[in-house]
Amino acid sequence: MTDATKTSWHNIKSKKMIPNLDYINTIAENDITFKNKLISIIKREFPLERDEFLSNYNTNQYVNAAGNVHKLKHKINMFGLKKGFEIAKKFENELNENKLDSYQDFVVVLNLIDNYLKEI
Amino acid sequence: MLKCIIIDDEEMARAIIEQYCSKLDHLQIVKQFNNALEAIQFINSNHVDLVFLDIHMPELNGFDFIDSLNNPPNVILTTSDSDFALNAFEYKCIVDYLVKPIKLPRFIKAVTKIESSKESTQPIANNEVNEMYVNIDRRLVKIHIPDIYLIEAKGDYINIKTETKNHIVHTTMKKIEEKLPDSLFLKIHRSFIINLKKIVDIEDNSVLIKKEVIPVSRSNRPELMNRLNLLN
Repeated sequence: MTDATKTSWHNIKSKKMIPNLDYINTIAENDITFKNKLISIIKREFPLERDEFLSNYNTNQYVNAAGNVHKLKHKINMFGLKKGFEIAKKFENELNENKLDSYQDFVVVLNLIDNYLKEI
Repeated sequence: MLKCIIIDDEEMARAIIEQYCSKLDHLQIVKQFNNALEAIQFINSNHVDLVFLDIHMPELNGFDFIDSLNNPPNVILTTSDSDFALNAFEYKCIVDYLVKPIKLPRFIKAVTKIESSKESTQPIANNEVNEMYVNIDRRLVKIHIPDIYLIEAKGDYINIKTETKNHIVHTTMKKIEEKLPDSLFLKIHRSFIINLKKIVDIEDNSVLIKKEVIPVSRSNRPELMNRLNLLN
């Protein structure tokens, strides 16, 4: 973890960004099969979308990366990460203007979800 | 029954809309697409009442998709942010705009808007469906639609059977199906459309209409059972 990432991680932790399944539980009601289906889709889709984003970002294809961030926003929102959603929204706009200021914060949000998906 | 399609490149988003639709009896998802190009082909050859359409998609975005259609059906836009909301007002076919993650009450509200607009055109539709004219030997013959109890495909012709008379007409099942009210008629087999009000009884894979036993295909049986007022 780089110093910048450590700082971002600390900032985000201090803002109590903790992913949760509230939204998924609400839409699934008591349908465990559907809830499991959604979680399984996220576990499959999220790493693909994240990897595509990183690939585009690392090859300086920032407009494409902005498109990836746009997609990832939905999942960030689904896990109740309001602050994470704001970071993603800001970063998406930045990427469209070739600015990269929020990259570290955004990666921290991605890692947060990645770790959470390993737990559930 | 509103025939719906979902266009979204996220499987997750499609699954959620599909789940919501399953909670509403009058919505039927006929197809799902992960890109708009395939959906264009489908819409051009199939009847669709409503499209749940993601805006942000690779290759062809939601607005490009609508622009590509001559007569777009009702559209409910779905997106991860509200930045495109203003563009939506430029399209008559867009009835609402849902921001992901979509919640069920908001989803129902959006779908209700379509029902309201349908109801406002209902009197005209009712007038149209009470009777129709068919071309028989160069004469346009009037048929009172509720009197039809069975329509049977016969090669290039169809046989329209009513209480008083049978009419052999040169047309297709698809064309006649479009003229009949969904509330009264159902296609139960590729060669048979029945008037649901004329059913005498149902046994396994057949229906008795007046004195005729009509086969029900396996794929049409669930829809038939859904449409019946069953006492379990």
